[in-house]
Amino acid sequence: MMTDVSKLKSTFPDAVLSSEEYRGDVTVTLKQDSLLPVCSFLRDDPDYSFRFLVDVTAVDYYDRTPRFIMVYHLLSMKHNLRLRLKVPLTGEMPEIETVSGIWPTANWHERETYDLLGVRFINHPDLRRILLPDHWDCHPLRKDYPLEGKGEI
Amino acid sequence: MTDAEIKTDQGKSNHGEAETMEINMGPQHPSTHGVFRAVVELDGETVVKVVPHLGYLHRGIEKIAESRTYHQIIPLTDRLDYMAGASNNLGYCLAVEKLLGIEVPPRGQYIRVIITELSRISSHLFWAGANAHDLGAMTPFFFMTREREQILFLLEMVTGSRLTPSFFRIGGVSLDIPAEFPDECRKFVKNFPPRVDEYETLLTENRIWKSRTKGVGYLSAEDCIKLGVSGPMARAAGIDWDLRKKQPYSGYDRFDFRAAVYTGCDAYDRYRVRMMEMRQSNEIIRQALEGMPEGDHSVKMKSVLKPPAGEVYMAIEAPRGELGFYIVSDGTAQPFRMKVRAPTFVNLQALPKMAEGRIFSDLVAALSSVDLVLAEVDR
Repeated sequence: MMTDVSKLKSTFPDAVLSSEEYRGDVTVTLKQDSLLPVCSFLRDDPDYSFRFLVDVTAVDYYDRTPRFIMVYHLLSMKHNLRLRLKVPLTGEMPEIETVSGIWPTANWHERETYDLLGVRFINHPDLRRILLPDHWDCHPLRKDYPLEGKGEI
Repeated sequence: MTDAEIKTDQGKSNHGEAETMEINMGPQHPSTHGVFRAVVELDGETVVKVVPHLGYLHRGIEKIAESRTYHQIIPLTDRLDYMAGASNNLGYCLAVEKLLGIEVPPRGQYIRVIITELSRISSHLFWAGANAHDLGAMTPFFFMTREREQILFLLEMVTGSRLTPSFFRIGGVSLDIPAEFPDECRKFVKNFPPRVDEYETLLTENRIWKSRTKGVGYLSAEDCIKLGVSGPMARAAGIDWDLRKKQPYSGYDRFDFRAAVYTGCDAYDRYRVRMMEMRQSNEIIRQALEGMPEGDHSVKMKSVLKPPAGEVYMAIEAPRGELGFYIVSDGTAQPFRMKVRAPTFVNLQALPKMAEGRIFSDLVAALSSVDLVLAEVDR
């Protein structure tokens, strides 16, 4: 069964930039400023009930604009459905509101995204690096970071 | 605790308030099963605060994957959760197959199921032994590694290696099973249930074991969902969620088994869930051996794959919870981005919730009940 996004679109007509389906995965692309209301709606609306946030990450599209796109994977155990949210971010040092107030599990996922890709999360309760040492000075999953590293730091 | 570094919080003691102490648990602490460090604030023996520190085993697997071809990534994946390498191989191969829109022939699916379920049993066995050992019960470990050794022997017979099989391929498996394998495996399957009964005589009704685990590491179903906790930990909190049942992959819908669900929300029921899962996995292997279809085990694939541009997320029920691979393809021979959703990375986040307000020795029990594999947490 595939996630039906028509109710989301009719409730937030201005928030949804696009929606698509590929190999059974449904993706909705959102405007950045509507992330929090849409996420609260998706979690609480009985037709969706996406109470389980599976994963948060970002992708660096290096030579494209917008360069960074946030990716959220949601799961609704009640309806046995999955949904992917994507949010394009602006700039080289992007910022976005944290969703850890809606799904507490986002805390570590967002710390990891900050650590490896350099996306900052506004209002995050504890935005520190999680995998790399605190004094590390770059974000290695960015495409302009060389695979072999930058030597010892 | 050889590496414990004890420092007293001087600031609070002058006014006659409770004095707290910070203890550095790890990164070389035996109960962390790898290099995990937690800074624990103690008030006497009560845990006030736990701050986990990760990353000692970070190898940048996601970064490395961006410069490898799709086939070359397979051996990277079983270095994530090395206790059940086949599960990681399976999750990755299924994700790429989803991206390509292909399905493995039934024989390949059955072989995959047998190898994956053997790995699950071996992983749970080692966990149960090590968990009991952490809490002071020495004997179960020897019983459990005995059967684990037989599984590793079976895995070696099929895949050529004991821990990191890298046996699955995109489109199937690398070789058919050897002629002598079904009989050897049947022998194991027949003998295993009485062995589980034997483990249970050691632990399940053991009063010391129960007093160390019952009510310990409590994590309610509500908190499990909030914190994204999946796998045996969620099923021990009464959440009937097993991806093999709910979103079947690799032909799991053809097997008759049930998800192990208990409602205690504690370390004891996590133990019972895993015990029950070993029995169920054994049953799945028995059915797979019996119903093994004839025919090809793989789809022929090109040596350099160039999947069409697009992205997929594929999740499987690994021994530790939902293991997901999110792969973005840009149409070239290497993935543009590969994100691993590692189950223990997420489950570990629940540690402070489980441990704070309890005594220090319960922290060890709670941490042990997570079934930590640091290679997967740190990637």
